[in-house]
Amino acid sequence: MEQEQPNLSYIHNMSGGDKAFEQKLIDIIKLEFPQEKEVYYDNLVAKNFKQTAENVHKLKHKISILGLEKSYEIAVAFEENLLEGRTDLFQQFESILNTITNYLQKI
Amino acid sequence: MNCIIIDDEATARAIISQLCSNVDSLNVLEEFPNAIQAIKFLNQNPVDLIFLDIHMPEFTGFDFIETIKNPPKIILTTSDANFAIQAFEYECIVDYLVKPITLERFQKAIQKAESVLTKVAEPIVSEKEVATSGNHLYINIDRRLIKIDIPSIYLIEAKGDYIQVKTEDKNYTVHSTLKKIHEKLPEDLFLKVHRSFIINIKKIVDIEDNSVLIKKDVIPVSRSNRPELMKRLNLL
Repeated sequence: MEQEQPNLSYIHNMSGGDKAFEQKLIDIIKLEFPQEKEVYYDNLVAKNFKQTAENVHKLKHKISILGLEKSYEIAVAFEENLLEGRTDLFQQFESILNTITNYLQKI
Repeated sequence: MNCIIIDDEATARAIISQLCSNVDSLNVLEEFPNAIQAIKFLNQNPVDLIFLDIHMPEFTGFDFIETIKNPPKIILTTSDANFAIQAFEYECIVDYLVKPITLERFQKAIQKAESVLTKVAEPIVSEKEVATSGNHLYINIDRRLIKIDIPSIYLIEAKGDYIQVKTEDKNYTVHSTLKKIHEKLPEDLFLKVHRSFIINIKKIVDIEDNSVLIKKDVIPVSRSNRPELMKRLNLL
């Protein structure tokens, strides 16, 4: 299945055309996303699934901001998985994180 | 409406702050990455509205609500719609915004908050947001009449449609005016030194040219009120 691609529609809609704010928000996401991703991996490796679920919960917001609707559903399911101590959707979630990482490097 | 934003995610804080900037009636005083810092701020600064994230490490939004006394009105912001029912068990919560927050949904939440705050601000005891009885004063906060010992008041500050009454023990924010409370206070003890401040003369620590120190607060003294202040002091 082809991975859906991030977009800036939400940011454009809520900014009301304020380009300075759009850039500021993108900069914040570029700074914050790798940090959140790192904490997520640390907790996942440590098999601290409750914390990992919290990290996925936080990452969900950025997934939705970047317009990744299907990916958001996967993140919701993965968060529930983790709270049950399961990691079934790990690879799909990893793919989402990689897509966002690549996208943030381009914009 | 003076408001603060509490969210551990910088992205979320930036979005809410931007949405607030589009609403003339909203004034964002501060943003906080955790609830503990916000509690410290609220002890000194009354606010009308808080945008509060639920999911925060160590101290959640619900922990925050349970901790503060007389919480202001709160709009919850979260990526999880599952807490909606729990959220409305708290009287202070006026709305529940699921992230990512859209401009339209945000504006609706603000309208709700404005409507609720207007109702709260209506006096329950007619013309008696502030009432005196002997050496005590009763103030109306969120439909409760709270008794305050008058001599314990050291400062009263006007803040828009509200006044902040500072006492030895606690600070209170009440929907009233400086003029109304001034009429209820003993003249020999209290003096209006500035259009926004009434002080308890007995609590003055020191005086400079155009300010007085009351406890740890430096209060401006307007030129027109300075002669009366000097007259009331027991000068050597």
